[in-house]
Amino acid sequence: MANGSKQIVDFAKIKATMADPYKHPVQVIDREGKVVDPDTLAKYSDDQLVDFMKKMVWERTLHEQTMNFSRQGRLGFYAPTAGEEASEMGSVTAFKEQDFLLPAYRDLPQMIQHGASVAKGFLWSKGHIQGNQYDNPNMIFPQIIIGAQYVETAGVALGIQKNGDKDRVAFVYTGDGGTSQGDWYEGINFTSAYQAPAVFFVQNNGWAISVPRRKQTAAETLAQKAVAMGVPSVQVDGMDIVAVHEVAKEAREFAAAGNGPVVIETLTYRYGAHSSAGDDPSRYRTKEEEKPWFDADPLIRMRKVLTDKKLWSQDQEDKLVEEYKDEFKNAMKEAEAAPAQKVSDFLKWTYDVPTPAVKKQIAEFEAKESK
Amino acid sequence: MAKMTYIKAITSGLDQVLNDDPKTLIFGEDVGKNGGVFRTTVGLQDKYGEDRVFDTPLAESGILGLAIGLSLTGWRPIPEIQFMGFTFEAMDGIVGQLARDHYRFGGQKKFPVTIRTPFGGGTHTAEMHSDNLENYFVSTPGLRVVTPANPYDAKGLIISAVESDDPVLFMENLKLYRSMKDEVPDDKYTVPLDSAKVVREGSDITLVAYSAEVNEALSAADALAKDNISAEVIDLRSLSPIDTDTVFASIDKTHKVVIVQEAQRMAGVGAIVASDIAEEKIMSLDAPIGRVAAPDSVYPFAQAEGDWIPNADDIEAKAREIVNY
Repeated sequence: MANGSKQIVDFAKIKATMADPYKHPVQVIDREGKVVDPDTLAKYSDDQLVDFMKKMVWERTLHEQTMNFSRQGRLGFYAPTAGEEASEMGSVTAFKEQDFLLPAYRDLPQMIQHGASVAKGFLWSKGHIQGNQYDNPNMIFPQIIIGAQYVETAGVALGIQKNGDKDRVAFVYTGDGGTSQGDWYEGINFTSAYQAPAVFFVQNNGWAISVPRRKQTAAETLAQKAVAMGVPSVQVDGMDIVAVHEVAKEAREFAAAGNGPVVIETLTYRYGAHSSAGDDPSRYRTKEEEKPWFDADPLIRMRKVLTDKKLWSQDQEDKLVEEYKDEFKNAMKEAEAAPAQKVSDFLKWTYDVPTPAVKKQIAEFEAKESK
Repeated sequence: MAKMTYIKAITSGLDQVLNDDPKTLIFGEDVGKNGGVFRTTVGLQDKYGEDRVFDTPLAESGILGLAIGLSLTGWRPIPEIQFMGFTFEAMDGIVGQLARDHYRFGGQKKFPVTIRTPFGGGTHTAEMHSDNLENYFVSTPGLRVVTPANPYDAKGLIISAVESDDPVLFMENLKLYRSMKDEVPDDKYTVPLDSAKVVREGSDITLVAYSAEVNEALSAADALAKDNISAEVIDLRSLSPIDTDTVFASIDKTHKVVIVQEAQRMAGVGAIVASDIAEEKIMSLDAPIGRVAAPDSVYPFAQAEGDWIPNADDIEAKAREIVNY
């Protein structure tokens, strides 16, 4: 190329500006508790706002109680959720009972809100079949293989469309690390190709175990990844429950109306370890990084809004915490009373019609179990 | 009754299940307007509409995700993975998710998925198109694996697979697609999912085979017959579960057995059959168990397939060795 010849594509400019439409997180209440979008807040009644706060107190108490149970050896694998209350409660409450939820392992609070009981959540963590069986049939157990819930969501959404269900969508969660999976793209792309009704949440909590968000991708936002699949997307302040709820509600309406899927990136933070198995965040992140997120706590800012409106008091909150603790302790008792599992049942469930070898093994185990 | 190729018999079976059950769906890469790269689903989109027979984006894991999600919403999916080598892209969907899902719900939800996929050597395809990958799937609890060796079984088995509420991997042999014709009833019939079949009766030795190797075993039996060696040939048809009763009954008659597979020898279906025989029927044998299988190299480059795939001569030689033991 001759010196000084003009380039026909300005890749540097494209790279520098490609995230621009996506890096304006939706916010209603800022980190100081100041209402920055009064029009949106005005859509919510006092009761609704109080209910949001109650749900966040519920989830924070659930987190603390499950950490206690874990220390006591009364739970199995459990993914802590402190810090993600606005993201999780704000989103799940925007959906209806008939909507199909495909959770991952950090989404037990949403599952419980969507029709699994607390005891079922504990049974899932403890490794019991009853933890996979819920009163609300519109839900699958928490996915462990990161991304698998995204491709399955495509099938659920297509099934909803083919069944002609009008006021029904599929909704699904993963984290920032999950957006690196091939299944993440395949799931969103298939859903988009069929214009099927689904809402895809990415709870960007900053960390995939010990790997920070910036090491997952050079993309400045995770929301912008959706453009490649022809899907509208947005970032939302994931510590602002009103903003999360409003965005989730609008996304649900958009998808249910036959416009295809939506991707929502909630900006949140995992206060604790990846799992109750006890990785130590101090090995990979600093207190300086954590502090601004702790200061942005979703409960602090909602507490301030409600206190200003004279809708909330510390006394009221303390009483609620005690009520919730009792609820969780009772749920643990219920979970601990579940009947012992039988290998013969595992064998019976492996096939719809047991194979001859499995039939023989069922008989062998039933003989042992009846002794 | 009409003479039909193996591929036409599968098409006929798919036509039958689409007609019988409005919840059945066929989908995959190129299965719609094009009728599949081998024309297995030809005409079905025209007949049943794009709602029932449709193309997917080019991504196998996504195809399995669709199948699982569609099952959860009450459908009976029949996904196609265009070549069996591409199932690696869908391994989590098939093995990690689908095969486990009935168990994971404690039987409360059904996953009646039939995955169709072509496989098998001898047609000089590109790499990853011909491999016999059944060994990965027969070690998966919750998944049935079947593979027909002739047009009659092809139609009867595809209908049984789709009607089953268990997930089934239905392996279609590329070489058999158009190389043989059978009398195939126009009307509906089924072939049981878990039964082997004695395809030639004999009294001196049992040859156990499946898929394209059944024809090789039958040719070997013809050659052995010239020397008055009477070989019984069994087509396994189902690779998971394996119908050991049929194999054992034959061994009780012949007391000698050779197990044949096109796949590499290591840790395969033949090894499972051999261990079942060793466990249950060793006292009925009067010679060691014989095995014929491909060598343990990676699947060969297409020009060398003929030197690698076990054929009738290999089976005949091994059978003579066992008979003369």
